[in-house]
Amino acid sequence: MSPLDANQIVALFRVIARRLAEARSELGVLDGAIGDADHGNSMADGFAAVVRASAEAAAAGCAAGDLFAVAGRAFLNAVGATTGPLYASALLRAGQQFAGRAEIAAEDVPALVSAFAAGIRDRGKAQPGDKTMMDVWAPAARAAELPGDPLARLDRALRVAEEGRDATRAMVASVGRAARLGERSLGHIDPGAASAVIVIAALRDALARYLSEARP
Amino acid sequence: MQRFINNPDDLVDETVAGFVKVHRDLVHLDAGNPRVVVSNAAPQQGRVGIVTGGGSGHEPAFIGYAGRNMVDAVAVGELFSSPTAKSFADAIRAADGGAGVAVLYGNYAGDNMNVKMAARMVAREGIEVATVVANDDVCSAPPGERAKRRGVAGEIFMWKIGGAKAAQGASLAEVQAAAQKAIDACRSVGVGLGPCTLPGVGHPNFQIEPGTMEVGIGHHGEPGTRVEALKTANEVADDMLKIVMEDHALPAGTELAVLVSGLGATPVNELYVLYDRIEAGLTAMGMGIHRALVGNYFTSLEMVGATLTVMALDAELKALLDLETASPAL
Repeated sequence: MSPLDANQIVALFRVIARRLAEARSELGVLDGAIGDADHGNSMADGFAAVVRASAEAAAAGCAAGDLFAVAGRAFLNAVGATTGPLYASALLRAGQQFAGRAEIAAEDVPALVSAFAAGIRDRGKAQPGDKTMMDVWAPAARAAELPGDPLARLDRALRVAEEGRDATRAMVASVGRAARLGERSLGHIDPGAASAVIVIAALRDALARYLSEARP
Repeated sequence: MQRFINNPDDLVDETVAGFVKVHRDLVHLDAGNPRVVVSNAAPQQGRVGIVTGGGSGHEPAFIGYAGRNMVDAVAVGELFSSPTAKSFADAIRAADGGAGVAVLYGNYAGDNMNVKMAARMVAREGIEVATVVANDDVCSAPPGERAKRRGVAGEIFMWKIGGAKAAQGASLAEVQAAAQKAIDACRSVGVGLGPCTLPGVGHPNFQIEPGTMEVGIGHHGEPGTRVEALKTANEVADDMLKIVMEDHALPAGTELAVLVSGLGATPVNELYVLYDRIEAGLTAMGMGIHRALVGNYFTSLEMVGATLTVMALDAELKALLDLETASPAL
């Protein structure tokens, strides 16, 4: 398996951005039920900014591993809300891990899930069970860290991510804006959990496409 | 609801553009960041700068409170969405007169994170930042968990007190203490009669059934903590006063500042109807009204409803509240 260069990392960001753009209004509806309906816009606009900044940096010769820090800063400058700092922290954490690398091995792509999860956890301080995106990121990170080929690891991560998302329906929010609703947050999927699944699914699908195209 | 709108994506920028034209005698846009509104009086060398920020859709909050002896710079977010860390950082830079900057904002997860990241950005430039987080909304958490409560219209009093203290040449620690004292002296409650719609989303983000009202409603359309049958204005005013004053537990004879704000779509005359009853109730409790404000001071798009904020005053707060100020909203 040949490693991913800077342009292929940009392509990966493009898949995430496209999926989030498609889900913009759906995420807004989820967020409208228990929050302020801004989550779809935040995620779609944030990753659109990530694509713009990383494509520009890649064209200027930025190394693949350094694109994550570029992406993190772009996300933070583009998005407020909680989503801005949380995903900026996710991308910056991946940036620390991969800094200076000209290429990223396909085997290392699942580690993005762990890096994103760690960045979000440290910024947001939410625990699994709080009805947040951590109900997706925490189990997905654990699944992605288990041994196996990279696509199988992301398949597993996606499966538990979806379970985590669906489990938020039965949770009462205890942090974030929905926490103020108490019991009335019951029965609704957390929008941050839903968008986290979209990001993980996009990573998985982008890697699958890359591997199928890279195969002779 | 029918709207005056071009493209929903341009709404915030167009709002701010119109606002700074109307109030060009008091405020201007930051040269480097179109999401930062700066008081024409800022920065003042040697004085503590005052910064706030928050989502759009609450006009005249937050931008309306930029001005002389009030807020020096305001970070502007998307509708109902915290400003970016960059905008908070740029607002801090614009307000900095070399004596530190107090960021006085509401307790929301996004604002908390973005202010924290902004404070770290400007610390590298040698700007000292102190923060006070407003948490005056009684129904958003029980008394034992006051730190979890939302900040709502009590923020206006916090800005007024903080801005006045800074205008008197106080240190950053003194400004922070005064603003903290102001918000600690505030209790608020909101009642919603009709929901609001983010133009980009196109449907109300919650429903209020006809004939009902939501008590404890938030400033972003967060549903209230309980739904009840709609009552008369006097009964609603009594309920609001009860919620606020039971949490406050003030001795008789306390002097108060009282703010009744519309949430956007409630006619202003109805706010006076509420106030009439509220003042009667406070007087019956033996409280003194030092100052009352009634109008659309802190709104929530076209939500139907009102908020009540009661601030308990001592001699210091009274003097700071009365200090002359000039801002578009106050």
